[in-house]
Amino acid sequence: MKFGVVQFPGSNCDADCYHAIGHVTGQEVRFVWHEETEIGDLDCIVLPGGFSYGDYLRCGAVARFSPVMEAIQVHAAEGKFVIGICNGFQVLTEAGLLPGALYRNDHLKFVCKPQFLCVERTDLPFTHFYAARQVVDFPIAHGEGRYYADADTLAELERNGQVVFRYCDAQGNVTPEANPNGSLNNIAGICNAGGNVLGMMPHPERRCERLLGGSDGKKLFKGLAESLRVLEISKGLR
Amino acid sequence: MLYHVQIEITLKPTVMDAQGTTIERALHKMGHATVGNVRIGKFVTLEIEAKCPNCARGAAEEMCRELLANPIIEQYHVAVVESEAVV
Repeated sequence: MKFGVVQFPGSNCDADCYHAIGHVTGQEVRFVWHEETEIGDLDCIVLPGGFSYGDYLRCGAVARFSPVMEAIQVHAAEGKFVIGICNGFQVLTEAGLLPGALYRNDHLKFVCKPQFLCVERTDLPFTHFYAARQVVDFPIAHGEGRYYADADTLAELERNGQVVFRYCDAQGNVTPEANPNGSLNNIAGICNAGGNVLGMMPHPERRCERLLGGSDGKKLFKGLAESLRVLEISKGLR
Repeated sequence: MLYHVQIEITLKPTVMDAQGTTIERALHKMGHATVGNVRIGKFVTLEIEAKCPNCARGAAEEMCRELLANPIIEQYHVAVVESEAVV
């Protein structure tokens, strides 16, 4: 499996993602400059955190117009994998690859801390290495991570089981107190209806080594690589 | 004709505006007790060559839908004036 980590002007978690996927998880990975349009060699695109285009206008609003985004639209439409982390999640919502929007935290502060999350979906290629309703602890670092969608969209997300991660306390209770930014329904991460595009505000790439506080994040990248390996084997057998 | 376009972008009334609420509290502390419904937004000005005022408005509205505003959380108001009228 080959990962590509996109670099927009202002991305700053690109090297962390590259390290977590390549050095720590042992997967093939390369950087993808935002002006590239040839990404056919990649199985999974990672849109990293940071401040693409200086967060001008709205977070992720301008990155949507980078040349690589058109190729990513096609990549996603083909059912290939996309992960947007933090600013990458904002880019995915602005690009219409995921529903809803992310805006200013309810308390107006930039929040940077470890945060407990409940894994709500464990049947996805991204999350099948986690136990059902497992509580993981990933860092969050954002000023505009408050998830919003209108009532109909929110109901549809819940009905389809598209909420992948929810903010919770250490025991896995999803409460208003455990919500770090005012996100509707404590939403920390969602996927598209097809389950191949994932967006999340927390940073799994920062939880891949015990030295950095834990390795729960590794399961996401490793699980995805394992899914694809099995998929390729089954294709080969056919 | 060159038209001068002024665009106001604010969060929709249904979307909670934490900045507006905070500024409202500060204004109350200043003694402006009767102030309410404070909303914070963005103000964009631009000039555009167009055949008619409605053409300029149409173009600006398209820009709002596609980029300047996020219709999921924001609403916009477009005002068009002939460039000569702007001092």
